[in-house]
Amino acid sequence: MAKVLVVTSGKGGVGKTTSTAALGAALAQMGQNVVVIDFDVGLRNLDLVMGAERRVVFDLINVVQGVAKLPQALIRDKRLENLWLLPASQTRDKDALTEEGVKRVIADLKTKFDWILCDSPAGIERGATLAMRYADEAIIVTNPEVSSVRDSDRIIGMLDSKTVRAERGERVEKHLLVTRYDAGRAARGEMLSIDDILEILATPLLGIVPESQDVLRASNVGCPVTLNAASSAPARAYTDAVRRLMGEQVEMTVPVQRKGLMDRLLRRRAA
Amino acid sequence: MMNVMRLFGGRAASAPVARERLQILLSHERGRTGAPDLLETLRSEILSVVSKHIDVDPDKVVVRMDRGKFVSMLEVDIEVPNGVQRSKMVAAT
Repeated sequence: MAKVLVVTSGKGGVGKTTSTAALGAALAQMGQNVVVIDFDVGLRNLDLVMGAERRVVFDLINVVQGVAKLPQALIRDKRLENLWLLPASQTRDKDALTEEGVKRVIADLKTKFDWILCDSPAGIERGATLAMRYADEAIIVTNPEVSSVRDSDRIIGMLDSKTVRAERGERVEKHLLVTRYDAGRAARGEMLSIDDILEILATPLLGIVPESQDVLRASNVGCPVTLNAASSAPARAYTDAVRRLMGEQVEMTVPVQRKGLMDRLLRRRAA
Repeated sequence: MMNVMRLFGGRAASAPVARERLQILLSHERGRTGAPDLLETLRSEILSVVSKHIDVDPDKVVVRMDRGKFVSMLEVDIEVPNGVQRSKMVAAT
């Protein structure tokens, strides 16, 4: 049974797109059939983070408007054959996406994939509500920072009221993904700790992605971090998160960078 | 504790401040943003119960909530036209 997941946050710049790419790739690396959809009309970026920016011909809006067929718009990842991307359009008309159209596209994708990951735009407007509209589950990406936590709280409220599931009286299962976490700074009381965030948002934790230069390096080269640096701390965090999504019991840890001498030497050379 | 940390050149921990500010802010915001949805639910359910027995214009059903410091007032205003039509649903049963 296909699952529709929205990756959302309210606040911009917390790592929704990076996380969508990493989680999508990690699921595909575990043999699942995955499609990631970019809902950020006008400011598409998922294609860039996944390194598919030069292969975009048709997009989500073309499919919704019937200009292109779904298979024409889907882009297969060059590294993982069971990972696909449905890019957003760069048209400025945000109203081009309709609820009915999105419903049709998602219903169609459900027959072809195990996982449908919807990368939500920032904000709480139409784009964000459409991205979450048909979700079965939600991943709320939060940074350990006051404005991000506040916006996550708003988004949680919307997931409980504005989704099809909520309107039917069902639940959208919610998962919290804390990104850009620095365990040292949290321990010194300079940053909200995981416990602080969990207490405030009262949402189950899916994973803790540590602040890491590997994340930026991965998006620089257009390759999800779970592929680009599979043994790095953030990659392991995303992989653990995906295993939890699939129902496995995985102990919750903050993955740390292994900093052996050899590691450092090799890293120098590789960089 | 804070003074000791200052002595050693560290700054006072700011995370507890962040946590407290958030808790206060969100307890207010949750009340406010929750309100419109609660009222809409109340409105539609009241409307459906009333219209089982009387024909009312859905636009003439107003539900308001006044939040006071100690108690809140729920105000339900339903306009019923003169010469009330009993709802056909009830008439048929």
